[in-house]
Amino acid sequence: MSLNALWEYANPKKFIETTDRVLPFVAWAAALLLAAGLVWGFFFTPDDYQQGSTVKIIYLHVPAALMAINAWLMMLVTSLVWIVRRHHVSALAARAAAPVGMVMTLIALATGALWGQPMWGTWWAWDPRLTSFLILFLFYLGYIALWEAIENDDTAADLTSILCLVGSVFALLSRYAVNFWNQGLHQGASLSLDKEENVADVFWYPLLVVMAGFVLLFVALVLVRTRTEIRARRMRALLARERMQA
Amino acid sequence: MIALLTRDMRLAVRAGGGFGLGLAFFLIVVVLVPFGVGPQSALLSKIAPGILWLGALLACLLSLDRIFALDHEDGSLDLLATAPLPMEGIVSVKALAHWLTTGLPLVLAAPVLGVLLNLPGPGFGWLLLSLALGTPALSVIGTFGAALTVGLKRGGLLLSLLVLPLYVPTLIFGAEVARRGAEGLDVTTPLALLAGITCGTIALLPFASAAVLRVNLR
Repeated sequence: MSLNALWEYANPKKFIETTDRVLPFVAWAAALLLAAGLVWGFFFTPDDYQQGSTVKIIYLHVPAALMAINAWLMMLVTSLVWIVRRHHVSALAARAAAPVGMVMTLIALATGALWGQPMWGTWWAWDPRLTSFLILFLFYLGYIALWEAIENDDTAADLTSILCLVGSVFALLSRYAVNFWNQGLHQGASLSLDKEENVADVFWYPLLVVMAGFVLLFVALVLVRTRTEIRARRMRALLARERMQA
Repeated sequence: MIALLTRDMRLAVRAGGGFGLGLAFFLIVVVLVPFGVGPQSALLSKIAPGILWLGALLACLLSLDRIFALDHEDGSLDLLATAPLPMEGIVSVKALAHWLTTGLPLVLAAPVLGVLLNLPGPGFGWLLLSLALGTPALSVIGTFGAALTVGLKRGGLLLSLLVLPLYVPTLIFGAEVARRGAEGLDVTTPLALLAGITCGTIALLPFASAAVLRVNLR
């Protein structure tokens, strides 16, 4: 498939037609992977020798955190596409992804707090990772609020795209600024591909399955929400036309 | 450009321009803090750099929606947009005017208020320097936020929400310089980073603000 063919999906009609065919597969694959991975993770892995059964919250915490960041990355890409090529589907996809990303951030923060209470003895600590996730949450909140506040669709798309670009730079900046500001309580990366010491394979394989499930879940949700946005916009256009004729 | 700057300054200083508002707010915050946390001078001198930075930041936040709102209401912003001056220039001048009328008085008032909070001796110079370096970044970032929300009827809350996370790095490094300075530690690293943030935002953000303002005036 050449790059030119990719832009065909920027046509809303083509997008709807294609996703009509793709969406059931993505949704079912997400459901299967999530069910399999979560059951495997929760019931068929041993308890950790130090953390007991609380270790199993990793199966929600890590994938949610992963998607929280990747959702913002996706919004960054679609915002750039909107600014450069002005494809409406792209702007709508960014809009559709934002609440999903925000919920993922919230899940990561909430599961982290639930795990932190018995393990660290505190719900919340001003640790760099926790803090940067809180800041990411604020960015999502501001982004969504800006979309909601502006009535004209194109203006809103333009403004939120630019906010997303500027916000990305500042989110990255904050990520390293908080490192400087406070030493961490959160453990380092335990899933890097290039490190010797990683999480044990028993936990790693089900986690991989759940992560794949979360990715597909995210894709499915964003597709559904984008289709809803497209249809809602089309409906508004039709209603406006009818009112003009009446 | 200079004409626009003097016009903005004059409008801000005259009655109803909100010139004293930020300063008064800063004063109120600093005066009220000892009532909230207690009068122990050891505690006060420990938190003084942070309180002063926070007070300055909030005072700055308070006056942001004035940057474009009034000009937008009476239509002079549309006139400015059609002027030969590029939008980036207008935005930069607006940010500069905001800094001169809000940031600079805060910087100058901070050492005086530092006395009230029992700021340690060596901290005064660093506090002054860090605020002088950091507040321009606050004004420039705030101008971006103000440009984003200019067309909205009640954009105040949204403006604060948008600007809040953008202010985090500046606050971290600025308060760190002031804190380390007050404790007599080495300030080179946070000072360099703070200067970097200020230079970076002054150089790049006006383009974003101008793009946003163009969209809003379309």
